[in-house]
Amino acid sequence: MSAPEVYEVPQQGPVDAGAALAEDRRAGEALWRVALRRLVRNPAAILGALVVVAFVLVALLAPVIAPFGPGELPGRADVRPTFIPGPSADHPLGIDRYGADLFSQLVWGARASLLIGVLATLLGLAGGMLLGLVAGTFGGWVDSAAMRLVDLMLAVPSLLLAVSIAAVAGQSPSSVVLAIGVVQVPVFARLLRGSMLAQKGQDYVLAARSLGLSRRTVTMSHVLPNSVSPVIVQATLLLATAVIEAAALSFLGLGGGSPTTAEWGRMLVAAQNELEIAPRLALWPGICISVTALGFTLFGEALREALDPRSRRR
Amino acid sequence: MTRLILRRLALLVPTLLGLSVLLFLWVRALPGGPATALLGERATPEAVARINQLYGFDRPLPQQYLTWLGQLLQGNFGVSTRTGRPVLDEFLARFPATIELSLLGLLVAVGLGIPLGYVAARRQGRLVDHAAVVASLLGVTIPVFFLAFLLKWLFAVQLGWFPSAGRQSSAMIATHPTGFYVLDGVLTREWDASWNALTHLVLPALALGTIPLAIIARITRASVIDVQHADYVRTARAKGLSGPHVRGRVILHNAMLPVSTTIGLQIGLLLSGAVLTETVFAFPGVGKFLADAVFDLDYAVLQGFILLIAVVYALVNLAVDVSYGLIDPRMRTR
Repeated sequence: MSAPEVYEVPQQGPVDAGAALAEDRRAGEALWRVALRRLVRNPAAILGALVVVAFVLVALLAPVIAPFGPGELPGRADVRPTFIPGPSADHPLGIDRYGADLFSQLVWGARASLLIGVLATLLGLAGGMLLGLVAGTFGGWVDSAAMRLVDLMLAVPSLLLAVSIAAVAGQSPSSVVLAIGVVQVPVFARLLRGSMLAQKGQDYVLAARSLGLSRRTVTMSHVLPNSVSPVIVQATLLLATAVIEAAALSFLGLGGGSPTTAEWGRMLVAAQNELEIAPRLALWPGICISVTALGFTLFGEALREALDPRSRRR
Repeated sequence: MTRLILRRLALLVPTLLGLSVLLFLWVRALPGGPATALLGERATPEAVARINQLYGFDRPLPQQYLTWLGQLLQGNFGVSTRTGRPVLDEFLARFPATIELSLLGLLVAVGLGIPLGYVAARRQGRLVDHAAVVASLLGVTIPVFFLAFLLKWLFAVQLGWFPSAGRQSSAMIATHPTGFYVLDGVLTREWDASWNALTHLVLPALALGTIPLAIIARITRASVIDVQHADYVRTARAKGLSGPHVRGRVILHNAMLPVSTTIGLQIGLLLSGAVLTETVFAFPGVGKFLADAVFDLDYAVLQGFILLIAVVYALVNLAVDVSYGLIDPRMRTR
């Protein structure tokens, strides 16, 4: 018979809440550092990031890149009722029905799309995170009330909800931003709440609570930072949706502005009547919308894979 | 199962009541108030005052709401300012068209999406798989109205294979006992009318079905990849079950649960997409009428149609939930 093994009981020093916090922060950093390393290795992520960067640069540098201003109609004299001039040296993509330079319109349209997409997503993010945070923190009847509101918003198909909001807010770019933002609120709210509930059951939260940290500290510096990554991923993906929905709303005539406003959705509507004589007028803005949405989707999905511990094994 | 359905139906009531409150307040929030909704934007102040008195818009809000709710329950959804006809009649007249279109769109999505996803998963990492992944990614990011444009331009304008607009050629004289044009032709044995309606449906249904198709293909692929390495699949193989039995009854059946959830989620996308697709193809369905109502600010139609669509949407979602029970017996007890 062998002697019974003696296990050494680890000596426990006094618990240092500050050190635990610092440890937590390091783990948080590591998550994002690992994610970044995985992103750089993923060709789809690189492609997506390139498209996004190109789109943002074009939008920001529109005055430098576009040969003509957003309202200028340099080719007005050349347009005939049955003929719209195609590409030429002055106008690489040709001109539209009103005589505006198509290339310039597309460049200015990128700016409009970026502005509407980013503002709408920020609005949805702010509203959704607030609602999700309140629901996830307080639980109980607050949670129930918030989730019933979310259910209500999800009871109408998203585009119809956006249409009804934009119809009340009036036909303008800002009402498009409002409409798309509000439609995104329930998505973010649900995601953050679900993610927070999952985190709340974790041991580290119990540990933080038993250290005597206040509910606010536990929520704001432990639960929330560990719950936001799915929300950030979703925001990237919803930027793609926002660009498409913005175009859809102006396609339905809710974007406001004149027929010559440089906005991709509006350009598509205008092109509808010229489908037989100049299909390129529809083709280019459509390609711009698709490529931009593709860029955000590729990047968002790569980000999700990079942040998701379950997908790391694959 | 019956209890599940009854409970879900009961849960529907507060949601729809909440929605009706929002829609009621929505019309009150309009610049000019509900009188504008009835008379349109160009109403004179005298007419507005008369309407306010006639319909009781000057009474307290809760009282107005209850009156309006009572009318809704009697099927009175107001009158379209554009056509002068009751909103409910307009909806019912156009709803079969949208159902026809959505069903065919869903058929395209499910009928192509599931096989595509399955084949891609079985050939994971090969060319077929990569092609399917890229195609489904493109399918998700292309706006439905742009896709509709492309299809219309290529197959209707350039090639002339399919009609570019409408539900049936105007020269076609056909009777419509049900309002479902394809079905009507079959019932009345007017085969050419049925065929004609079907050719009008092809392009819009393709446009409408492509995005759900891409999503369904992606989920099917991911789900089959997950399931085919599960322990019970290995067990089934070890037991000596035949290849087709393992693939069909074990892998595909188990992989279908997330897919059926996804199919359910596509209903909203189909209804949203119908607004845009019907607009591009001048297809006289609920979506086109709604888009026109947006254009003309026909608020009575917007209010009524959104409420009715929400009811349809909720009922379809309920049906989808119930169908899970058929696929996964574990869901029946919940």
